[in-house]
Amino acid sequence: MARRDRMSGNEAVSYAIKQINPDVMPAFPITPSTEIPQMVSNYIANGQMDTEFIPVESEHSSMSATIGAEAAGARSLTATSSAGLALMWEELLLAASNRMPCALALVNRTLSGPININCDHSDGMGARDTGWIQIYAENNQEAYDNFIQAYPIAEDPRVHLPIMICQDGFITSHAVENIELLEDKEVKEFVGEYHPEEFLLNPDKPIAVGPYAISNYVMEARKNQLQALERSKEVILEVAEKYKKLSGRGFGLFEEYKTQDADYIMVIIGSAAGTAKEAVDALREAGKKVGVLKLRVFRPFPAEEIANAIKHAKAVAIMDRTESYNTHGGPLGAEIEAGLYRAKANCMAVNYIYGLGGRDFTVNHVSDIFAELEDAVQNNKELEQYKYIGLRE
Amino acid sequence: MRTDVFKINETTPHQDLTEGLMFFGAGSTKNFNTGEWRTNTPVFIADKCKQCLLCAPVCPDSCIPVADSKRGEFDLEHCKGCGICVEACPFDAIVMKEGK
Repeated sequence: MARRDRMSGNEAVSYAIKQINPDVMPAFPITPSTEIPQMVSNYIANGQMDTEFIPVESEHSSMSATIGAEAAGARSLTATSSAGLALMWEELLLAASNRMPCALALVNRTLSGPININCDHSDGMGARDTGWIQIYAENNQEAYDNFIQAYPIAEDPRVHLPIMICQDGFITSHAVENIELLEDKEVKEFVGEYHPEEFLLNPDKPIAVGPYAISNYVMEARKNQLQALERSKEVILEVAEKYKKLSGRGFGLFEEYKTQDADYIMVIIGSAAGTAKEAVDALREAGKKVGVLKLRVFRPFPAEEIANAIKHAKAVAIMDRTESYNTHGGPLGAEIEAGLYRAKANCMAVNYIYGLGGRDFTVNHVSDIFAELEDAVQNNKELEQYKYIGLRE
Repeated sequence: MRTDVFKINETTPHQDLTEGLMFFGAGSTKNFNTGEWRTNTPVFIADKCKQCLLCAPVCPDSCIPVADSKRGEFDLEHCKGCGICVEACPFDAIVMKEGK
């Protein structure tokens, strides 16, 4: 029986961790993810779970210890934000190349500078090419639901890759919303016990993890890792289907909100998708054919699926909540435009940058963007690519 | 997943490599002749040795074999010539010579 409650995003993820009761959690506090290790520590101190919590001296250590514990045979995880994720950089790649199915609760916060503690996606997007699976949430419910699905995806024998469950710092991590929780027993059954086939603390079957590879092996190892990430797409969908049967809440690689007949589509990640849907509802009432594609799974990137879902539109706004300093767009813009090109689509695509360092992104911003797209299509105007939303100039 | 890793070589296709290049089995570093990295070489002078065995535990590469409470000749396939054993020996029973 599901239970209704109200929780912040950090509470929701901590509650999911309590229900999963993993073996090891090394963590180091950083705003806005600090509450997650704090709340998990409380659950442990109160005897509500028996995870081994390791207070470490840095995020470099927390990810190292997470990998070490996972290699030893323990289901492990950590949580972080922003500079914490940046400090894990080297280990993130190792977790993936050593094929460790560990989890990371990422609470998205901007990276310096200027130094700032609020939400944007520069931390998660900075780690987009580390080989991790990345799943983003729109709200607290999704942060909870995604976390429950994390281990069944990561630990699937077709995958064996680390997974990052992301939510927007403060916007969802600290805002309290209504939430529907599963029973502990349901979660434990869904996630199951972790019994790795190979692990370091197996006295009868010695192994070595992460050995040096000479040049003759590196490309082959990378190809195998890539294929595992490709296979994770089907596993993500299978786990979502199973989760829907349990919870009644369905998930895909992305959510299509009123896009089927839309002439203008906004592609967006995270909490701002809620704002975009609100604007779409109002514009639909005014007779505008607009829709939102909310991307849930950023890695592996569903390029072909997205292109097929949006290429019928007259124009598409691709929203990036990070600056990528390549001087021609954000990461989502680059990925989707490449996908559209390969799908031989000829719809107009415009890349926008919004919400950096926690800047508000409003329903009016969304309406203005749709109006700009419509004006450009109807009046055959060239639009400025890669524009900052709400910039004072 | 477990496979005989000694059958894997530089012509093995990627499909036949282990996941994450995980290595199955123990003690395989013995097969790697790291002794060839050595520039200077320890020499054991058996006549001076009192078998106090202070040298054996300080060797970082476990290159001083001990059997029946007595040390034997150096394992020069793995000794890198660090000279720690020379410092540990109270009886000058080990000296360093230049070269391999």
